[in-house]
Amino acid sequence: MKLPIYMDNHATTACDPRVVEAMLPYLTEHFGNAASRNHSFGWTAEQAVDKARAQIAALIGASAREIVFTSGATESDNAALKGVAEFYASRGKHIITQATEHKAVIDSARALERQGYEITWLPLDTEGLVKPEDVAAAIRPDTILVSVMHGNNEIGTVQPIAEIGAVCKARKVLFHTDAVQTAGKLPIDVEAMGVDLLSLSAHKMYGPKGIGALYVRRKQPRVRVAPLIHGGGHERGMRSGTLPVHQIVGFGAAAALAMEEMEAETARLIGLRERLRERLVAEIPECHLNGSLECRLPGNLNMSFAFVEGESLLMDLKDVAVSSGSACTSASLEPSYVLRALGVEDELAHSSIRFGIGRFNTQEEIDFVAERVIKAVSRLRALSPLWEMHQEGIDLKSVQWTAH
Amino acid sequence: MAYSNDVIDHYENPRNVGTLDKADQNVGTGLVGAPACGDVMRLQIRVNDDGVIEDARFKTYGCGSAIASSSLVTEWVKGRTLSEAMDIKNIEIAEHLALPPVKIHCSVLAEDAIRAAIADYKQKKEAK
Repeated sequence: MKLPIYMDNHATTACDPRVVEAMLPYLTEHFGNAASRNHSFGWTAEQAVDKARAQIAALIGASAREIVFTSGATESDNAALKGVAEFYASRGKHIITQATEHKAVIDSARALERQGYEITWLPLDTEGLVKPEDVAAAIRPDTILVSVMHGNNEIGTVQPIAEIGAVCKARKVLFHTDAVQTAGKLPIDVEAMGVDLLSLSAHKMYGPKGIGALYVRRKQPRVRVAPLIHGGGHERGMRSGTLPVHQIVGFGAAAALAMEEMEAETARLIGLRERLRERLVAEIPECHLNGSLECRLPGNLNMSFAFVEGESLLMDLKDVAVSSGSACTSASLEPSYVLRALGVEDELAHSSIRFGIGRFNTQEEIDFVAERVIKAVSRLRALSPLWEMHQEGIDLKSVQWTAH
Repeated sequence: MAYSNDVIDHYENPRNVGTLDKADQNVGTGLVGAPACGDVMRLQIRVNDDGVIEDARFKTYGCGSAIASSSLVTEWVKGRTLSEAMDIKNIEIAEHLALPPVKIHCSVLAEDAIRAAIADYKQKKEAK
């Protein structure tokens, strides 16, 4: 087993060696511009792009012509919200979303709000789930878009996308979902789920960084998106710019591999995650699961270890790359906005650790990480005045704290 | 976050961790910070009849620099008189540990803990 162990696969994933192998020829001998229509260099590049487009479309049950390449999911989310808002402004200026979305959706919504659009933030339950009936209740005659993510990157909560899609279809409102964390990990079918726009990123599914896609439905209805980036009219005018062929090839290869291995890999990941969770719960008193146990990403585990602060816990786990919702690990000194949106108390948000288990993690690594976490929590609790007070039976809520 | 070797040393080998008897007339206890803010420090001092701090103990819930700041402070207050201990400033703690700017509040909290422990001790003596 090699140290340090990478267990932060919601942040990014290692490029699969098979993906890298597929990419390399497109950096050297097949370097052509896919938009060059008059020589073989261009044709070879275009063929490779077409193949990748089909591989990515297959992963989500779309047709190849509905895939628009972008620089990544942040751009895809921006393009979906701002592009729809601009194109459909004459129909209405109301957009519905929710508070645990990725910042690319939240901040795009806020930017639109400043331009005169109205945003409704859906209520959430304590597991971070949206209720389809709440979506139905929020839709108005001037609603142009609903955006609800498929799987959450912090707490792993998987939303009832098909049910929300059905509500949107019935009310003829466009539906966007950010599927960055679920693509290649859970089955996605844009037809069955009633999705009109869907954001993807290659580097969260063992492909290269710097490439993503936006699925834009072409039929029933034909969805229009005003472009963010103007230029040579690439990607049917929705996203100009020379296509990075090697990255697209890598993205396609990553999609094909994920699809092929999904069933076995999902079962393996759930097995590893449950092994870790059960071990931690058995050995550490006062630890809490954040999010939902049933509706959860296979490789996600987010737990709060009460009376221990997250950043100090990460410091102790120096051979393990995980992340924390603690304020001290963020530049803003605010605890995780996702945990806050669920109503998790700040104390527990400060104590949260996110484990992102991925394709290259082994059972041996899971056992090592569990061991290290158990040791670290116990060492830090021995240092914690809160743990001592809790042991003495003092209710910490009854103490007059000096907030600072 | 890249911490200095001093922070890492205090974090990995914290000095004077523990608990003194809160009820002891010669012990002052300072509990500062709040769980919701992500750090709570408890500093305890035992003061002898000459007004010198002869022992100090801490427990801290917080990030690495909060633990390091309180650990350092227990070393610094030992052997000082109460008024000498009152002279310890957060800036000295921050400089000694080379705390990054976002962690300066940890050193402020450590200074507050010293003051709170001394105030508690004095209050006990006056009440007597």
